[in-house]
Amino acid sequence: MSIAEPRVEHHPAQLAHHFEDLGQQHESANLGMWTFLATEVMFFGGLFGAFCIYRFTDPVAFAAGSHHLSVLWGTINTFVLLTSSLTMALAIHAGQTGEPKKQVRYLLLTMLMATIFLGVKASEYYEDYEKHLIPGPSFTTDLKELGLPTDVPEHTVQHTQMFFVFYFFMTGLHAFHMVIGLGVMAWMVLLARKGRFTRDYYTPLECTGLYWHFVDLVWVFLFPLLYLIDLHK
Amino acid sequence: MNAYAATEVEAEPSYLTAGQTIKSWLLTVDHKRIGLLYMVSITLFFFIGGAAATILRLELMTPGGDVVQAETYNKMFTAHGVVMVFFFLIPSIPAVLGNFLVPLMIGARDLAFPKLNLASWYIYMLGGAFTLWALLMGGVDTGWTFYTPYSSMFSNTQVMAAAVGVFIVGFSSIFTGLNFIVTIHKMRAPGMTWRKLPLFVWAMYATSIIQILGTPVLAVTIGLVGLERICGVGIFDPKLGGDPILFQHLFWFYSHPAVYIMLLPSFGVINEIVPCFSRRPVFGYNAMATAMMGIAVLGFVVWGHHMLVSGQSMYAGMVFSVLSYLVAIPSGVKVFNWTATLYKGSVSGDTPMLYALGFIGLFTIGGLTGLVLASLSVDVHVHDTYFVVAHFHYIMVGGAVMAYLGGIHFWWPKITGRMYPEIWGKLAALTIFIGFNLTFFPQFVLGYLGMPRRYYEYPPEFQVLNVMSTAGASILAVGYLLPLGYLLLSLWYGPVASRNPWNAAGLEWELPSPPTTHNFDEIPAAVERPYDYPLREHDRVDS
Amino acid sequence: MNNQSDHTALHDHLLPLSAYFKVYAWLMAFLLLTVGAAYVDLGRLNFPVTMLIAVIKGVMIMLIFMHVKYSHKLVWIFAGASFLWLLLLIVFSLNDYFTRDLLHIPGK
Repeated sequence: MSIAEPRVEHHPAQLAHHFEDLGQQHESANLGMWTFLATEVMFFGGLFGAFCIYRFTDPVAFAAGSHHLSVLWGTINTFVLLTSSLTMALAIHAGQTGEPKKQVRYLLLTMLMATIFLGVKASEYYEDYEKHLIPGPSFTTDLKELGLPTDVPEHTVQHTQMFFVFYFFMTGLHAFHMVIGLGVMAWMVLLARKGRFTRDYYTPLECTGLYWHFVDLVWVFLFPLLYLIDLHK
Repeated sequence: MNAYAATEVEAEPSYLTAGQTIKSWLLTVDHKRIGLLYMVSITLFFFIGGAAATILRLELMTPGGDVVQAETYNKMFTAHGVVMVFFFLIPSIPAVLGNFLVPLMIGARDLAFPKLNLASWYIYMLGGAFTLWALLMGGVDTGWTFYTPYSSMFSNTQVMAAAVGVFIVGFSSIFTGLNFIVTIHKMRAPGMTWRKLPLFVWAMYATSIIQILGTPVLAVTIGLVGLERICGVGIFDPKLGGDPILFQHLFWFYSHPAVYIMLLPSFGVINEIVPCFSRRPVFGYNAMATAMMGIAVLGFVVWGHHMLVSGQSMYAGMVFSVLSYLVAIPSGVKVFNWTATLYKGSVSGDTPMLYALGFIGLFTIGGLTGLVLASLSVDVHVHDTYFVVAHFHYIMVGGAVMAYLGGIHFWWPKITGRMYPEIWGKLAALTIFIGFNLTFFPQFVLGYLGMPRRYYEYPPEFQVLNVMSTAGASILAVGYLLPLGYLLLSLWYGPVASRNPWNAAGLEWELPSPPTTHNFDEIPAAVERPYDYPLREHDRVDS
Repeated sequence: MNNQSDHTALHDHLLPLSAYFKVYAWLMAFLLLTVGAAYVDLGRLNFPVTMLIAVIKGVMIMLIFMHVKYSHKLVWIFAGASFLWLLLLIVFSLNDYFTRDLLHIPGK
């Protein structure tokens, strides 16, 4: 068994001891992030799957539930989140070109968009609370209030409540991921301000970007599934 | 010439002696030390799960319920299942042997994310703490499968705490899988191509795929059960429009592939032991690797065979039944290939090989009885009977546990630098084999005769077989306590091990026993083909 | 093979800024399209059309914003595999729900 040439002594500060070079480290981090996102796809996916099953077994109830959601605010939020994805992509671009000021600027813009989104969500939740649409003992069972016709079978009211269970769990889980994202972005802002991200090393920024785009991706599917059921009826 | 002869003379500390404080162990990022941390923890959980099993078998010695009450019995089999599945079997080989060996086998200094590796152990311990708390504070009586609506609505035991414990430990599994996948892709030594990887590494890779893609679904399912318990909103409650079978779909989507998380690493271990002790390269390397990857993928579309009598549609049952027969094929290929490896080999009966040979036989029986269960009409008769219990214990205990023990013995000199006493090793292996078969073979008969599982009483005509099973369990218990004793003692009194006491092929055997913290002084630049048996003369080391 | 020389340079896939803005414009257009289409009665096609638009948006986000288009083939496989697996979960579960009562046997 032969021995490799001793490696070059140059040892950048950001290189961890078990990697051979920054390239290997960067690729590992990138692949690691994608692997983590795969787990997140399956995590949300379980809920999406359950949602789809209930939706197809009682489309009337789920349509009634969906009609209580504000398409206007949902569209605005989708617009806000897609914009935040753009600003995040621009922040990563600034990482690739090694421009700290732009990194900070675009990260802060992304955080602003995220905060707006969460604010809108909070006010939507509050409205649902006032309309007695929070699942549990306070959930309204009045057919007219729910928007259901009078000749529906017994379980329809309960399935409408089920819609809201999924609505709150899925959007709540999504919002939780956004809050975590906000925290990570704040940390990235602190690092970027210190000039830590250069053309040779912007890996944490890139991983943050991947995470944020994933959060956006989840919403791209959540929005039509939850807000746009049978609007033409 | 042995490239590491120089290092053996120098005073380079091994990973065991470099840093002797508790802090250096609890804050280690060395994959080898983390493997040992896991080894200690899972051993503890193994004996906790074993204690629960002891109570079960004691109760089942007599037809009446006289040792414990029914509710307690339910809590015991739940504890046994939850602890053994989530805190012993799933982590065992990957977290102990995988953590220790993967970097060594691929020529790397550590895993890709050493700190995540340590975090993964702490997460495991946190999950374990929640679960133990649940067990101590009254236990859980739903069975390890947490079926709804009982678990989500009616059980007034510590379901939430146990569910939280399982939720948390799932992340430990996910992070281990993530680490292995990235490591195997990105940190192989130059020259270590995919076709030169030891099959143990392929096994870890296939296992990691399952951990990554399956465990999150279990997590969200447990979340839904928790939501239902807290808010009572009817996700799985038929009275409120929910479907309990939905829980079963989501649960088994993970839990069937989970059994392959427990089994594929065992295949990996056997693939290392059998060639070494037959002095022949493994037969059909490509087929072996492909089979493991095939099991990882196919294993995801057979889960409905746990639900054949649950109320899922007949059509779905047929589809899942057919696919379950398909997934048995790659396992069969592996058994044939191991047999072909042994054929005309120079087979020796060292302890690791005894475990491996036992594995091949017992796993085959377990696997074949799986086909019996997957057959739609027969399953109506044997579902939820002791036939099922015997089937999965043949695979999990006769298979996975024996492979784990075989692997521990095989790599013990590398991990600890000491040899265990061979006589005791053989004695324990034999005791375990006899005890195991006496415990579980009668259960096939019992199940076929109709004795249901998870019952603390049974009709008197089943007593003889139950007494045999309990007798076997006591022998099995002795068999498990023996290695605990002599392996521990070997740390102080065992002879110092050489670099390669088995004359085995593989990069890990090129390193000192035990290795240094950073594994390789220089990353190997050229790698031989795997299982290069019989080894060339100059690579043999006598001591 | 994973030689050290294989580690790609970090300066690859530096996209022109216009690429991001173009994708953004398309995403906005598709957003309006999906909301608009929801108000039009397409019968049984409503759901597939909505999902198709969501998939197109998702693919654009992944390819350009997440740089998958310019990444190693391995990233393509990882990204694709996760969605494939989700599909397996949904399809094989629906395989049960859609075929209940198919044979008109009570309870099957």
